[in-house]
Amino acid sequence: MEDSRRNFLKIAGISALGLGASPVLDAFSKEQALQTPQMIQGEKALKATHWGMVIDTRKIHSSEDLNPMIAACNKIHNIPKLETENHEIKWIWGEAYHNAFPEKETNFLNERLEHIVLPVLCNHCEDPPCCRACPTQATFKRESDGVVMMDFHRCIGCRFCMAACPYGARSFNFRDPRPFIKETNLEFPTRMKGVVEKCSFCAERLAEGKLPACVEASNGILIFGDLDDDKSEVRKALRENYTIRRKQNLGTGPSVYYIV
Amino acid sequence: MLELAIKGSKRYWGWMALLTAMVGVGFLVYLQQLNFGLGITGMSRDVSWGFYIANFTYLVGVAAGGVMVVLPYYLHDYKAFGKITILGEFLAVASLVMCLLLILVDLGQPMRMLNVIFYPSPRSVLFWDMIVLNGYLFLNIVVGWNVLEAERNGTSYPFWLKPFILLSIPWAISIHTVTAYLYSGLPGRGFWMTAILAPRFLSSAFAAGPALLILLCLVVRKLTRFDPGREQIQSLAKIVAYAICINVFFFLCEVFVVFYSNIPEHTAHIKYLFVGLHGKGALVPWMWTSMGLMAVSIILLVNPVTRKQEGVLAVACVAVFVGTWIDKGLGMISGGFVPSPLHHVNEYAPTIPEILITLGIYAMGALVLTALFKMAISVKEEVAG
Repeated sequence: MEDSRRNFLKIAGISALGLGASPVLDAFSKEQALQTPQMIQGEKALKATHWGMVIDTRKIHSSEDLNPMIAACNKIHNIPKLETENHEIKWIWGEAYHNAFPEKETNFLNERLEHIVLPVLCNHCEDPPCCRACPTQATFKRESDGVVMMDFHRCIGCRFCMAACPYGARSFNFRDPRPFIKETNLEFPTRMKGVVEKCSFCAERLAEGKLPACVEASNGILIFGDLDDDKSEVRKALRENYTIRRKQNLGTGPSVYYIV
Repeated sequence: MLELAIKGSKRYWGWMALLTAMVGVGFLVYLQQLNFGLGITGMSRDVSWGFYIANFTYLVGVAAGGVMVVLPYYLHDYKAFGKITILGEFLAVASLVMCLLLILVDLGQPMRMLNVIFYPSPRSVLFWDMIVLNGYLFLNIVVGWNVLEAERNGTSYPFWLKPFILLSIPWAISIHTVTAYLYSGLPGRGFWMTAILAPRFLSSAFAAGPALLILLCLVVRKLTRFDPGREQIQSLAKIVAYAICINVFFFLCEVFVVFYSNIPEHTAHIKYLFVGLHGKGALVPWMWTSMGLMAVSIILLVNPVTRKQEGVLAVACVAVFVGTWIDKGLGMISGGFVPSPLHHVNEYAPTIPEILITLGIYAMGALVLTALFKMAISVKEEVAG
């Protein structure tokens, strides 16, 4: 009796272990394509194989020039205005040149750059370290157009992606953000506490044929388009101007370029 | 054998009740965190990992340190350690329980924890960390339990156990290596991005783990009829002495590379920790205390005259334990996040709720450790008659 009960428990334990391990083993054996749900594009959707952005800093004269684009982003993405700086949620915001480009710090910086604030946002890297770090694929690079996206409902809030991002582009909901949203945009989800979020290049607007909200509100400071299309506006801007990218030496391949 | 853990003196139950109360307090504060979010901690957008992950990292080391009694006994047939391998294994079990709980309380959405299994991501180091930590917990429970049961029955452990024992040795190295890889593979975090991080983690682990084990052996000798043995304690002391020396050596290697090359991305963090940066330096006194404690412990441990006096040895072990805890538990994680990738100096300090939750988890670990040690020592007393 004693013996059979013990054996039963042993077998039950081993079976439970097997059941737990099977999805893990499946992942190694399955084709990646089978796992990823397919998304069908709308007719009006803007199409590209590698979305990118060029920021023309010459058109920025004061920090106020950034306000419309930041406000537009905050409004449509239900970004809360939190009291504590530590808990801030930021998708696009302004930084001084030596913060945006700390490795390019110099005592003799061009006067114009010294005095302006540069917009910074997720760089939608070609090889994003955040996606590598994520243990649940809650953050992933959309292969069709290179946008680095977030699944707020899968994120477990481990914040490994925040440690992995060399651009400080990610924010964590340290508390329920909903009471701090002035006016909720019902067309975009609000988030719950405990998940990470960041700029998505307005994937939801691209799908409807609209440019990202910040680009629309930027008065020509932000140029957006397909980096793979040599006739696109971004490629034209890149051809005609010298541009730099943030922390290019890390090999992450940012898709956001700055004309300085 | 579990019944041995529920038969005990008043003192035993008093201690267990105290620990349970601490666990209770931690749990209540955790409920508050669950309700409010991680905003009740001192973590921020810039310092997005704090006390939980730092203590997790430290305790992974303590768990790995247990291998320092297992390896000499099973690989080198160093018989003296046969008496205390079980203590090393059970210390690893208790440490791992704490590690897993610390990860749990650090999650923003703990109820989604199983997503790590539902959507396994082999490119994420965290995925591998989950595998090695749970695997090591499993190995130590199976090995510890069966060896102890065999000892109780006066037989040798079952033949199928040997592969598990041998596997547990490299596995111990793997848990701390993978934990170091969590940090050292991140571009843009200059403080962690060094190949010596995993070796540094291991050396501090092999100092801290056995140091704690020595202290536990001294406590066990005082409180029970089981004597872990003078030779055993002295051998452990030599291991601690080597490990702490190597740990300081590795750190100095890091300091050389960082400051001789003088690359700002790497120097900024060490400057922040040891002299402060942009006028901010909350950790400066802590880091120098840590260095002082490690230096003192090296003097006391390397010198045979002081090492052989158990009272002095105990002091040295406390110095090792506290020194490495400050180094890893306070400096290692905050140091990597300050300054931020955008060169803002945003400091971090744990809040009271954060500390209470962590203390609750330490109490939980002590509870598990006490029960397991009680079991092991009761068997040893029983066998000795």
